[in-house]
Amino acid sequence: MQLDPVILFFLFGLAAGLLRSELKLPAALYDSLSIVLLLAIGLKGGEGLAQQALLPLLPQIGAVIVLCLIQTLLAFAILRGPGRFERADAAATAAHYGSVSVATFAVAVAWLAARGIAFEPQMAILLAIMEVPAILLGIILARGIRRETDWGKLGHEAFLGKGVTLLLGGMLIGWIAGPEGLAPIKGVFFDLFKGVLALFLLEMGLIVSRQMVELKRSGPFLIAFGLGMPLCSALLGLGVGTLLGFSTGGLTLLATLAASASYIAVPAAMRLAVPEAKPAISLAASLGVTFPFNILAGIPLYHWLASTVNRG
Amino acid sequence: MPIHTETRTLLTIVTEGVVENLLLADLDRLGVRGYTITNARGSGAHGLRDANWDAATNIRVEIICARAQAENLIEFLREHYFANYAMVTFLHEVEVLRPEKF
Repeated sequence: MQLDPVILFFLFGLAAGLLRSELKLPAALYDSLSIVLLLAIGLKGGEGLAQQALLPLLPQIGAVIVLCLIQTLLAFAILRGPGRFERADAAATAAHYGSVSVATFAVAVAWLAARGIAFEPQMAILLAIMEVPAILLGIILARGIRRETDWGKLGHEAFLGKGVTLLLGGMLIGWIAGPEGLAPIKGVFFDLFKGVLALFLLEMGLIVSRQMVELKRSGPFLIAFGLGMPLCSALLGLGVGTLLGFSTGGLTLLATLAASASYIAVPAAMRLAVPEAKPAISLAASLGVTFPFNILAGIPLYHWLASTVNRG
Repeated sequence: MPIHTETRTLLTIVTEGVVENLLLADLDRLGVRGYTITNARGSGAHGLRDANWDAATNIRVEIICARAQAENLIEFLREHYFANYAMVTFLHEVEVLRPEKF
């Protein structure tokens, strides 16, 4: 099996980090790369949406929200039951797993593109939608519905975080401009996508290497959870995608989204809304185990499952 | 001509970047008239915080005010932030020009 160069960049960063190399990318670069990736995904989705009716998307949006809520509840039950996590830690970690990782999605998009496999343009919109519900449910699981919780502020935080804002903004621009309007900026956002992703994954490798060190402290249960939870979620995602009649490419992406765990939007929101939860636990699982598992083994596996389902 | 200065208290807060907006809203509510924020890196009870990505950023907030207000602020921080967030606070006596600003 040939590895994509973007994956090699990730492994390079991971190795450099584990060997305690001096290599360090400026924080501003990481920020800029993530902005380009989010906008590119948004633009691409918007461009595709401009060519189709939007109304049929509503049931799909409803379905993925339910999918996210089920994933969050399942993760919470596993962490509370067999995992014996404290309530706040279980709720915060479950929220990471009910939400999505844009980086994982980007790798899956590149993986499909390299093999010439098409997918539905609305995947970008589903990606943006799937960031949010788990955050709100995670907060409810941690604290119950209390009057003193400032839902206005939390909603603002969840819906207008950096990721969702850039995705929706890019989508709107892509939708208004259409393929012809986007042609002049195609060079930066579409042609450079893989190069930007490669650099971004180099930094991700460095970040993940630090979480792997953290993982030694948290023990085997968290590692098992970080591997098992994405597999369960991917199956749920495949089920929902099949009900919605997605193509093999779309099924692969929905399974990947379901399997992925957030490491940007959710940690920030949980840090503020459930401060007693220990961020080291959720990040060790989502970054130290689930992210590398998904991009190295998960995506090809989900694609294989998706093509099996669609053939049968 | 000798420079006229007055003594005020400099309150320095080193904490997680993620709480910035929350903290600033609280400071504003508690009547803080001005502050300076810088990005920071460091290591302590919460491990290495090297500002390499979102969850590992630190900020340093500096506030110059009267001693009594600085003590009020610390009391508030102790109650609302110390238990759950990485936070270091300390006080300094400083000489300021234009004391009416603080």
